[in-house]
Amino acid sequence: MILARRTTLALLLASSALLGYGTAMAADDTIKIGGLATLEGPFTVLGEDGMRGVELAIQQHKGMAGGKKIELVKGSSDASPDSAVKAVRKLVENDGLTLIIGPLSGDEGLAVKDYAKTQPKVTFVNGTSAAQDTTLRDPAPNFFRFTTDGAQWMAGLGTYAFNDKHYKKVATVAEDYSFPYTQVFGFMAEYCKAGGHVVSKSWVPIGNKDYSSVIAAIPADVDAVYVALGGADGVNFLSQYQQAGGTAPLIGGSITADQTVLGSKGATKKAVVGMPSAGPIADAWDNPKWKQFVADYKAAFPKGFPSPSLFAHGYYVSTIALLTALDQVNGDVSDGGAKLRDALAKLELDTPTGKVKLDANRNAVADIFLTEVSEGADGNLYNKVIKVVPQVNQTLGQDPAEFLKLGKVGRDNPACP
Amino acid sequence: MTEAATTSPTASAPEAIPMSIVGHLIAVVLLLAFPFVATDFFTFQIGAYTLIMGTISLSLMLLAGYGGMVSLAQMSVAGLAGYMIAIFGTSAGGVALGWPWFLAIPAAVIIGTLLNVVVGLLAIRTEGIFTIVITLAIATALYYFAQQNYDIFNGHSGFSGVAPAHVLWVDWRAPKPFYFLSLAVAALSYAGVLYLSRTPFGLAMQAVRDNPRRMEAIGFNVPAHRIAAYAVAGLIASVAGVLLVWFDGGISPGSISVDRAIKVLIIAVVGGMRHPAGPFLGAILFVLLQNFAIDFVNPERFNTYIGLAFLLVVLVSPDGLLGLIRRLGAAPASGKSLP
Repeated sequence: MILARRTTLALLLASSALLGYGTAMAADDTIKIGGLATLEGPFTVLGEDGMRGVELAIQQHKGMAGGKKIELVKGSSDASPDSAVKAVRKLVENDGLTLIIGPLSGDEGLAVKDYAKTQPKVTFVNGTSAAQDTTLRDPAPNFFRFTTDGAQWMAGLGTYAFNDKHYKKVATVAEDYSFPYTQVFGFMAEYCKAGGHVVSKSWVPIGNKDYSSVIAAIPADVDAVYVALGGADGVNFLSQYQQAGGTAPLIGGSITADQTVLGSKGATKKAVVGMPSAGPIADAWDNPKWKQFVADYKAAFPKGFPSPSLFAHGYYVSTIALLTALDQVNGDVSDGGAKLRDALAKLELDTPTGKVKLDANRNAVADIFLTEVSEGADGNLYNKVIKVVPQVNQTLGQDPAEFLKLGKVGRDNPACP
Repeated sequence: MTEAATTSPTASAPEAIPMSIVGHLIAVVLLLAFPFVATDFFTFQIGAYTLIMGTISLSLMLLAGYGGMVSLAQMSVAGLAGYMIAIFGTSAGGVALGWPWFLAIPAAVIIGTLLNVVVGLLAIRTEGIFTIVITLAIATALYYFAQQNYDIFNGHSGFSGVAPAHVLWVDWRAPKPFYFLSLAVAALSYAGVLYLSRTPFGLAMQAVRDNPRRMEAIGFNVPAHRIAAYAVAGLIASVAGVLLVWFDGGISPGSISVDRAIKVLIIAVVGGMRHPAGPFLGAILFVLLQNFAIDFVNPERFNTYIGLAFLLVVLVSPDGLLGLIRRLGAAPASGKSLP
């Protein structure tokens, strides 16, 4: 009796183990795409917006690509590299998917790239992860990034800060992980070359609340402070910097001048007016294609953000790229995806933010937006587009060999005190 | 693992062989046969990961179930051992000393075990909820330290490219060998804990759990017993931590976050803390839910359902899955003593 029950349970477990075989077989007239974003953990809100980008792209393609129906299978990570690899491994090895879009965050991207090398027949298209070495050093042949990296996002900012704003000496304050390192790297690559000096760098943990020691460490004679902090961290730093009597003007990273900062009031509001920053999108860009994209996003997701975040945009571009390539090969991935990957590598894409193509390392060459926080006629702050830096490549226009000599992105690299 | 639920001999059964042995035999056969019927994915990501998480939770079960000390630092111990493998052995990211495996593994296990002894030294001064708080504090401190220390732990990025050495011409990271390696560690730990619970030390430990003052009064060295329990739990968690870093192929502070520490506790509670089989049952449910819940419910809310499933288990059966199975399976033989 007892034994019988136990055997049943055991059989149940064993049969659930066999489930893996069944799901691996997909019908011939559908193509399954795995979408991986941070649907849990600190970046949940951003991951959800990334997913909206994927859904919008599929919706605009009428759910079809290459004559086959597209089915999206979602995967979730919590922004840690191991959770991203676990989620991707499940999509690939258990669900039998050969097309993956994601991940969202920098360190995740590095880990998924390493995993991609063990799955040569699976095609990976990056979500929005923006660490430089995902594609620059030791890239995976089946990993494609149609979104640019964090250093590219800074294109034009360093030169603008030095030449137009005449900041000769700056201090940097940024979060302590790979994405802000890459942002500071991108800023300094131009700024130091133009002749500027970065006299102090402060790295703070994500979610830091008290910035008094950081503010005290900023030299009094700097011309500006470069701030690469996201969301609440940015707001906390800016308000505490004002309260501490800080008067130096600010320069922003790609996710610093977001809606939370633009919505600020009082002294902070005055301080952020005139803050230049750069990134892959600009909310207030006066361009019909971009406006159409924003309108489509708002129509499809009334509960989404007031304007698509760079995560929605990045995932959207990546998904459009994959769907377009699938169209080109008529949805034929029976050869292990080799033809599809050829098509992806040669793809020239027209996106809401301009033309995108890939370089030899399968990293995007795309337009970057140099913006400045301005006060609109209605009194609200917005990011005014100063200029569009056309077709920024991963080496920021420098000679590749020379660029690689700058070394790996890190806390202490580069330096120009 | 499921079959190990009942270990007390069932008097009503007429067989000459006690049910516990039959149960264990079935478990052994199933576990050995599993990788040959399952896909590589199930062997590696479900099977091996379940065994690793089960083993880490087992170390908590040893402390909490037999010692009455709920420690949230077990994941930190496993994580530190994992970090040490990355640091002493071969890895990418930060310092990698490149020691051979037969030096790196013992060193990592010893350091992990020592950490738990230190945790024990601090924690045994407290009781009940204060033990939870002080071990939580240690886990949090270690997490932030790993996050911000660049010389040893390589900060936020941690280490990648960690893999077991090819010993005896076997790639131990391949699904089947890795599964059997995890199975061996889990089985040894399980048998060790089961054996320990019946030794004079184990019995004294349980008596200390039930009435430390009385044990003190009759001449037992209560702190020494507790620290010894922490040492054994540290050893088990450290070995599992070595497997975990190989499983993930690297380690970063996220692997030892407070979130993960609480998951270890959830696994033990949901599985049941009265027998070493409990943590493994809990780990099966946890790993299956973690991997597949997203397919069955709204992807934006799947964690809510995972939480509800755990809540349901604990509501229906306060002593976890183990209690549930025991009640379902051994209803006629009720009133049997616990191990």
